[in-house]
Amino acid sequence: MNDVWVLLSFGPQGWSDDIARGALVTISLALATLPIGLLIGFMVALAKRSDEPSLKLAGNVYTTIFRGLPELLTLFVVFYGGQIAIGQIVRLFNADAAIEVNSFVAGMVALGVVFSSYCSEVFLSAFRAIPPGQYEGAYALGLSRMKTMRLVILPQLIRVALPGLSNLWLNLLKDTALVSVIGLSDILRQAGIAARVTKEAFLFYGLACLVYLALAMISSVGLHAIERSVRRQDAAR
Amino acid sequence: MSAVAESTRPPAPPRRWTGARIAGHVLVGLWIAAGLGLVAYLVSAWDPDLFARYVPLYLSGLGVTLLLVAVSIVIGAILSVPIAYARMSSNRLLGTLAYAYVYFFRGTPLIAQTFMIYYGVGSFRAELDAVGLWGFFREAWYCAILAFSLNTAAYQAEILRGAIESVPRGQWEGAASLGLHKLQTMWKVVLPQALIVALRPYGNEIILMIKASAIVAIITVYDLMGETRRAYAQTFDFQTYIWAGVIYLAIVEALRHCVDWIERRITVHQNR
Repeated sequence: MNDVWVLLSFGPQGWSDDIARGALVTISLALATLPIGLLIGFMVALAKRSDEPSLKLAGNVYTTIFRGLPELLTLFVVFYGGQIAIGQIVRLFNADAAIEVNSFVAGMVALGVVFSSYCSEVFLSAFRAIPPGQYEGAYALGLSRMKTMRLVILPQLIRVALPGLSNLWLNLLKDTALVSVIGLSDILRQAGIAARVTKEAFLFYGLACLVYLALAMISSVGLHAIERSVRRQDAAR
Repeated sequence: MSAVAESTRPPAPPRRWTGARIAGHVLVGLWIAAGLGLVAYLVSAWDPDLFARYVPLYLSGLGVTLLLVAVSIVIGAILSVPIAYARMSSNRLLGTLAYAYVYFFRGTPLIAQTFMIYYGVGSFRAELDAVGLWGFFREAWYCAILAFSLNTAAYQAEILRGAIESVPRGQWEGAASLGLHKLQTMWKVVLPQALIVALRPYGNEIILMIKASAIVAIITVYDLMGETRRAYAQTFDFQTYIWAGVIYLAIVEALRHCVDWIERRITVHQNR
């Protein structure tokens, strides 16, 4: 039993420091994906609710594709396909350049497109919850379209979309585990290395699960706090 | 009178090329170009030998994927009933246990759960050997089924609970006043109404499972993704991944339309 505590310690004998480093990689990947995913998701939602049929079609094709493909396949396509595509472009200029796509960037792109396609659906249903009178009132006051969106619609939209976005964030956190497959040293990969070296697979994969669970719990506490404060602002108005 | 009004109405103004319209056409053009590029690539990379060799493998991979999802969904559905019951029961201990189960399986990545079961049970080899279960856990296929069933049971329990709780209390009271006992009420009154609510979440869960099943390729199960990885490792031909994507997309879209169709059928009485 003593043995287990040595393995779980932070020292040179233990693996907790490695897994903690993995946790940092996981968190930074999720945090780096979030703003891109939110931005693209918002744009796609705008496209899908516009009056212009071609814009609507383009948005719908985007969500159909990236919600229909397995995340793992998207990741492989971005990772290997990106490697081939960039390699071919570079070879036009420099015949013997070797290209390797950074697995962090590949993970960010793949998780970003998946996140944004789900996110656009959340924003779309949030848009439906905002009564048209809000737009009409803002236009009647002489606000431009841009200002209406920024000052009137967006603050309400975020309130409505927040629960859906919280769910997506928790999913994103879990999906980052897939990136360990293309070699990013996140929680799962570090746990795998520890498992292989020490032959204590159950211990370390169990620990990895608990770290993910802890991240999920911390996030939900934070998200609840945000939702509460938003509701308080709502009541104060 | 109306004819006059018709003739005096001014003609509709031509649709102007607004920014949105230009952007929409450019984006649709890009999608069409991407689609044509993909088709052109697949045509240029057409290789009869490759097809003769890998089509049977892909089909068997597809069979493995569908079997894995079907078996896990069914086992998960069976497991989800007691979990949902425990979640709704007034017994504090049962409720907490079920909540912990659901929270664990929904809060951690499925890939980590699968690894924990597949690689982790090796730590208990001596114990499992003693009870004769080692043969079961040595096979990646059974480990995948176990992990996926436990995972989807947690999600399905929540779907079931949400659907049953969406049926108003009055339905229970009405059935009780008619003299139906609890099981009859559940089976004849509550479940038919709950399943209408649950259909879409169940459909989504099946789609999520099909997509998630790709990760069993990493623990050496040769499902569609596993065959794809093997084909790519042997040929370094990128079209292997493209074909897998096409197949997954086709299944998911077919399933989605199926759920839409069923939902339209079973809600006919609601929008009469």
